[in-house]
Amino acid sequence: MQENNISEANLERCLKCNLCTLVCPMMEVNPEYPGPKKAGPDGERYRLKDPAYYDYALKYCLNCKRCEVACPSGVEIGDMIQLARIKYGSQAKRKGLLGLRDWTLASTDLVGSLSSPFAPVVNGVLGTKPVKAVLDGVLGVDSHRTFPAYSGQKFTSWFRRQDQSAFDKFVTYFHGCYVNYNYPQLGKDFVKVVNAAGYGVHLLEKEKCCGVALMSNGFAGKARKQGELNLASMRKAIAAGEPVLTSSSTCTFTMRDEYPHVLGLPNDDVRPSLMLLTKWLYGKIASGEVKLRFRKDFSMKAAYHTACHMQKLGWEYYSIELLRMIPGMELTVLDQNCCGIAGTFGFKKENYVHSQNIGSKLFASILDAGVNTVLTDCETCKWQIEAGTGLPVLNPVSVLAEALED
Amino acid sequence: MEYDVIIVGGGITGAATARDCAMRGFKTLLVERGDLCDGASGRNHGLLHSGGRYAVTDREGAEECIRENRILRRIASNCVEPTEGLFISLPEDGLDYQANFIAKCREAGIDAKAIDPKEALRLEPAINPSIIGAVKVPDASVDPFRLTDANVLDAQRHGADVLKFHKVVSLIVEEGRVKGVEVLGHNDVSTKKIYAREVVLAAGIWTAALAEAAGVHIGMMPSKGALIIFGHRVARMVINRCRKPANADILVPGDVVSVLGTTSDKVPLETCDDMHATPEEVELLLREGVQLVPSLATTRIIRAYAGVRPLVVADNSGDGRSVSRGIVLLDHEERDGLPGLITITGGKLTTARLMAEMTADLLCRKFGVNRRCETAEKPLPGSDGRKARFEDPVEQRAAIGRHGGEVSKMDFSQGREVLCECEQVTRAEIRYAVQHFGVRNISDLRRHTRIGMGTCQGSFCIRKVAVALAGELGDPSLADTFVKEYLQERWKGMTPVLWGDTLREGEYMHKVHSL
Repeated sequence: MQENNISEANLERCLKCNLCTLVCPMMEVNPEYPGPKKAGPDGERYRLKDPAYYDYALKYCLNCKRCEVACPSGVEIGDMIQLARIKYGSQAKRKGLLGLRDWTLASTDLVGSLSSPFAPVVNGVLGTKPVKAVLDGVLGVDSHRTFPAYSGQKFTSWFRRQDQSAFDKFVTYFHGCYVNYNYPQLGKDFVKVVNAAGYGVHLLEKEKCCGVALMSNGFAGKARKQGELNLASMRKAIAAGEPVLTSSSTCTFTMRDEYPHVLGLPNDDVRPSLMLLTKWLYGKIASGEVKLRFRKDFSMKAAYHTACHMQKLGWEYYSIELLRMIPGMELTVLDQNCCGIAGTFGFKKENYVHSQNIGSKLFASILDAGVNTVLTDCETCKWQIEAGTGLPVLNPVSVLAEALED
Repeated sequence: MEYDVIIVGGGITGAATARDCAMRGFKTLLVERGDLCDGASGRNHGLLHSGGRYAVTDREGAEECIRENRILRRIASNCVEPTEGLFISLPEDGLDYQANFIAKCREAGIDAKAIDPKEALRLEPAINPSIIGAVKVPDASVDPFRLTDANVLDAQRHGADVLKFHKVVSLIVEEGRVKGVEVLGHNDVSTKKIYAREVVLAAGIWTAALAEAAGVHIGMMPSKGALIIFGHRVARMVINRCRKPANADILVPGDVVSVLGTTSDKVPLETCDDMHATPEEVELLLREGVQLVPSLATTRIIRAYAGVRPLVVADNSGDGRSVSRGIVLLDHEERDGLPGLITITGGKLTTARLMAEMTADLLCRKFGVNRRCETAEKPLPGSDGRKARFEDPVEQRAAIGRHGGEVSKMDFSQGREVLCECEQVTRAEIRYAVQHFGVRNISDLRRHTRIGMGTCQGSFCIRKVAVALAGELGDPSLADTFVKEYLQERWKGMTPVLWGDTLREGEYMHKVHSL
């Protein structure tokens, strides 16, 4: 009996060593945030007694998962906090205009679809001072922030005109909202790199936003529906023998880990085939199956930033090693620091200062590195670092595409 | 200096008796050799019985329980959590007992309602899914520490004196009458005598020895009960087994933990000062407990402990569990020809108020006064309906949950920092405990706040707490001793359950504090 009495309840594995507290980026800048240990396993014991013990300050959790990476006991601290927000946070759910703001920030697909056809107008209007003042004052979107511009042509519209029929091997691409509505160039780069590796690209039969913004803004039900749809589409692709590849670390992490842990969507059958392009490509090159040919005249002095979810995935190695294969690439790997944006978090007026304070350490280290470009696998890190340093930020996939021999 | 009444024993019985005596206007002194709740009152389930457990075997006890249960929900709303309870029948128990159980509960006035097993599982998903029957009863969870504290505070507010850390070394018997007690303080070298018109022994199992010294024999049977504490709430309701009372058939949600118990073994009187649970008892509790709630098999055990029931052998004897756990009020003037001495013992945490009422009634008769008992009507300190709410500042909620309206006496502007993180105890709460309960060390502080009772058992926070407490007591040099003493005491409870996460915690504690 005693040998079997080993705790299954994840919260009880916590030894209260506080390593998580030490690595929490929010803890460092915001005294109102109780920190991962108190918000997670400590708070959970009280919430189990009475939901009245729910702490509204849990909204400050960036869901960066650095606490989980640090935990020597395997406590899923970030998941616990996310779940608590979903389960108990409704008593603190924002109503009125701030609720509308959260809904708008969360609804990446809908807002993207509505905005893309009017991209020049929407981009122009969103960037003007009076509109920014209204967004700031009424909707609580910080005026320092500029929404990522919408693209006039969606990635999927461009892709439909691409002929991939010459290939006999395929991968399936989960492009995500950002590539589709805001930055189709990354999708185009993805196709170029995959084609150069000798594979054709398919899209999923149906694709919805991975749901990360929905989850963090309190719309778990909708996120679950989208997750179910995405998993169903992925299963079809996987059944056809194609891996599902991505170009965003956060979408990937969400669909691999948050689906089962936070949304309760089992995905054991999908996980092994769902990964970032850089991980897949590294494997193909390492096994000798794929050989990429790079330009001789490529030159770049860049710093690589490990996004939080990339660190949680443990996959930064693949991106870094691929980048190092490029001749003419002078790469500095930065110390791991959160950039502070955490998706839609940093767009909210009440979070702007914390977001910048967290990012300041990273910005300083980038500026110290004396580079002209920053590389990272996460699009929201890109917005934050571009705003914080003035340097261009690229996805490693785009750099690979640019460095390929034509 | 002479009191009307000296009450010996600062457990729940003594505390409740002191309150009643003080409310009836007697000049009252409560003497306790250690801290409040140092004996069985601090080592039990924390169960507010509905009476269901006794309905079949002890009608009188069951009736007392349900009556007191209703009273305590009213006067001690802060200490009682109305979790309600279930009596579940497993296939091997059959349903015959259940039918009789319900009938007997109803006879005793306990609202026992059979519910469909499916409904029971919906109400309480943690219970064994193979149940064939369930009965809902008005059991509840009660915090024995807070209940004792509240009684003592109220006694003091009605003029009673409280002398803690003073051991009664003998009863003063002069001219064939008990005239008071001789006490020795913890820091004293010589005893002092305190006189009273009546002395009430309410010292649990230690009553026997005190009475014996005065030449009075009370046949007491120390019955050891071991319990184990699980790290969090696995069930929301009190879960009982619907069968003849046996080992490990009650699981109680207490504050943020779950308490499983108990055992019942006769032990020698002289071992009662050093009670601890053994690995064999833990094994037995766990084996039976998983029948109630299967997930207990994979839930972390924080510690195991044991208390001693002060069972009294009726003057013409009995044995083992058949000994009634009923209230025993002995008027030694009548029974042994020794005036000035009364014993109140037996009973339960649930019926302590009634025991006090019976004692105070007897005192009224002895003093020839007629004063009505008001303890069932007046709420206890803190029990003014104040509950932790979402709107309260987060660092205050745990304190409000524990102390109810008493939080108004805590100054959170000077001490909102949380020192014990598992149990969310702030400096303000520590200061309150020091001011109102005269604590000497961290173990004392624990009884009045829950400090160090959480998952880490003090590993992480105890040094902060020690430094804060030593500061409050005005002697910073005490901190090191506090830490050492406290961790030794925690080890006692961790040793019988040292495996899995608790073993890891133990190793961590060991390394951090270089024990």
